[in-house]
Parts: sequence; structure tokens; C-alpha cells
Amino acid sequence: MSTQRAKDMDENVTWKNITPGCNIFEGGSSEMVNTGDWRTMKPVFHADKCKQCMLCVPVCPDMSIPVTADGKRGDFNYFFCKGCGICSKACPFGAIEMIKEEK
Amino acid sequence: MSIRERLSGNEAIAYAMKQINPDVMGAFPITPSTEIPQYFSAYVDNGEVDTEFIAVESEHSAMSTCIGAEAAGCRAISATSSCGLCYMTEMLYVAASDRLPITLAVSCRALSGPININNDHSDAMGVRDAGWIMLFAETNQEAYDNYLQAMRIGEAVSLPIMICQDGFITSHAIENIELEDTAQVRKFVGEYHPEHALLGRENPMAVGAYATPTYYIESKRLQAQAMLDAKQVILDVAAEFKKWTGRSYDLIEKYQMDDAEEAIVIIGSSAGTAKETVNEMRAQGHKVGLIKIRAFRPFPGAEITAALKNVKAYAVMDKADSFNGHCGPLFAEVAAAAMVAGVTTPKVINYIYGLGGRDVRVESIAHVFTELENIAKTGNVGETYRYLDVRE
Repeated sequence: MSTQRAKDMDENVTWKNITPGCNIFEGGSSEMVNTGDWRTMKPVFHADKCKQCMLCVPVCPDMSIPVTADGKRGDFNYFFCKGCGICSKACPFGAIEMIKEEK
Repeated sequence: MSIRERLSGNEAIAYAMKQINPDVMGAFPITPSTEIPQYFSAYVDNGEVDTEFIAVESEHSAMSTCIGAEAAGCRAISATSSCGLCYMTEMLYVAASDRLPITLAVSCRALSGPININNDHSDAMGVRDAGWIMLFAETNQEAYDNYLQAMRIGEAVSLPIMICQDGFITSHAIENIELEDTAQVRKFVGEYHPEHALLGRENPMAVGAYATPTYYIESKRLQAQAMLDAKQVILDVAAEFKKWTGRSYDLIEKYQMDDAEEAIVIIGSSAGTAKETVNEMRAQGHKVGLIKIRAFRPFPGAEITAALKNVKAYAVMDKADSFNGHCGPLFAEVAAAAMVAGVTTPKVINYIYGLGGRDVRVESIAHVFTELENIAKTGNVGETYRYLDVRE
């Protein structure tokens, strides 16, 4: 039976090559799932208003707000961001604006 | 060298479990299978096995325990009956689709209501589409022998397997039985070393994934293939079992079918009664025979049809009703198999019988054969959906 890795599988996988029970034979495969395409609202980061208070980072239910090597708040990771808007509510400075997602 | 003993069907199953010494048992008591975990827990307590016995609060949890254990790389077992099997249903599907070869002993019992603790096949038939391999036993010996073969079959195709016997009729009746030597049993069954398991630290894996419509049906098609493949595995394991014990098994058993003009298709202990009827009627010159189904899942449709193609009339005996106003579950599958094979010459009727422990006597089966002879003679089938031995 197939034990091919999730990263090597896409929508063209045949029934003979899919893993039994869709079992996953590697760790950390959620990193491959583009949850960003669920988004209807999109957060936009205004760096000029940001005071680097870091209140937004821990409230993100995913890991869509990266912290850079020098300890600064980075821009959104839209591959994972589902657009829940919690970060926007947490920001005291209006640095995160929610806009309609256009696809 | 076999050991001659006298055991009930439940004792025989518990004894087989002891001989195999599996890793985990998750179980919850319910009549008439209660004795199986009861006897087995004594073996655990006495140190005769080193199985982890997990007493849970429900059958849903019993099967969940087995799923967790089997996914972790253990050989997991359970036993249940009736409403207990119903309560497991959700997890039975998970076990099969996650491709976990758990072994479940079922002492078949009626479902409520009215509340009834006696035998029929309503419980097993209710979960027939859950994706489990299902073997049925006529006798205590067959229950024991099926259990010894179960893990070899399930593990070969990565599907769970149910070993069914008739509640009270075989589960509690003490019969002569031939047991095999424990060392030989362990040699035959072997140890379980799955290629991939949750506890395989070097190769991390996840079991029970979510599948979007893009992947779900491919996964189910692969599962369907495992059931197709199981047919040959059952035959191969039976051949090896025969070489070891001398006792032979097949997908179905044909009894006096070679020149039979009327036949019945039946599952479980009532096949023994029906064989007696066949003997008595044969002695009086009636050309009757029977087909007993051992493997209900995978369904041996082609084999049943081939055995029935030359009879004039046959009856499919269902120890459960589908309450569809049409027929029982076994009839539906036998009739579909015959239609697919283009075997439409024999006349066919369906009997619902033995519900809730209603005794099935030699005369009951003789009545069925007499009806079949009339149908064969007149060509008039009449009502196809019939109840046997019900007071009018």
C-alpha cells in the first residue's frame, strides 16, 4: 500500500496511490495546507501606525503573524491567515485594518 | 496434536484469545458475550496473558480503545452483542476506514424492542456495511477455529474482522471441541508488527485524517479493494489451517448440493438443524440440500450463485428483518448476486426466521423444503417475503 508523503500528493492522486485511510506518513503536514483561501475578510498591516507592542502576535489562532529575527512584527502570512480579525480587535493603534478579500 | 475438551462457545473464544495473548482488550459487558471478557480478565488477573485489559464505560469506548491501541501498533480485541454492537457502530466505521485490523468477537443477539436477550442476527446485520470482514460459526468448534484464523486474515488486508456466533445457542451451550496446542497457535497466528504505527518514533504518522471531496472517494475505493482482496486471503489462511489441524473451511459450505433440487441458504447455528432436516428428507427420497455462509463479508455472491444454479427452487433464510416491506438482508444480496450472474431459472423465496430466539426445529426447515417442492412443482412462487413459524 502507498505510503507516499502528503507533500507529494495532489488532486491527481489515484485510488491505488492514495494512502490507506488517508493516513499521513510525516510530521508537520499542516504547514502544506493553504487555509488562507478560506478568507473573506483580509487584515492589512499599516507599519507606520505600529508601535511594536506585540499584542497582536499571541492572539492569532494560527501562526499568521511572524516575528522577525530582530524581534520586530513582520507582515501577515496570508497562506495561513483565515481573516478572523482578532488581531485587528487587539491592536490599540489602528495598525491592522480589515478589508474585503478580493480574489 | 489436538486436545479434546468440552467448552461453551464463549469459553472457546476466550481460550483462543488466551492462546494468542494479544496486546490490548477494551471491553464492556453485555449479554450474551459478557463471559468472553469475564473469562479473559481472569486470565489477565492470573498472569496467564500479559494483555492490557481496559475496562471502559461503554461499547463506544471499548471500540475507541481498540482503535487507539491498534493505531499505536498493538493487537487489539473486544467482544460484544446486540445493543452493544449498535453502540459501537460509529467507531466500527472508523476502525475499518482507518484500516485497523482489530478482532471483535460477537455473540449475536436480537435488538430491542421488545427487549430480548436471545439469538438472532439483527445486531450483526445492522453493521454489515461498516467495512468489517465478518465470519459466522455454526458450532463452538467453528467459532474457535474462525477466531484462530481471524488475525491472519484481518492483518493481511488491513481490515478489522468480526467473528460471529449465535448467542446462547453456541455461546452458552457446551459442546465437544478440539483445541490446538498454544505454541502451535502462536506459531500460526504470529506476532503483529505493523509497518507503520503511531508509536513508530522514527517515522511519524497521523491516523484519522480529514479528507475533502478531492480525496475521500479514492480512499473508499482503496478500502473496497481490501474487501475484494480478503476473499483470497480467507481461502489461503483456511488452506494453511487445514494443513495444520485437518479441519477445512471455505467461504461457504455446500451440504448435499450436488444433485439438489430444492435448497436453502442459511447462516449460523441453524445450519446444524437444517443439515439434520436434509438427512431425514434425503432418507425419504427428497433431493434437498443447503448452503451455509461462513464469510458474509466479503460476500461470496459468485460462489453461492454457482452452487444454486441447477436447483429448481431455493429459500434464503434471514435471521433478521430489514423492515423494508420487501425482504431480509441476506435475501437481497443473494438475489442480487444471482441476477448479476444471469442465474434466474430457480424460483426463490425469503424466510425471516428465529427472531428473538424462536426455536428453529427440524420440522421448521422441513416445512420450508415442502413449500419449495410445491413451488418447484407448480411454478407458483406466491408471496416471496415470508415469516417462518409465526402463529397465525
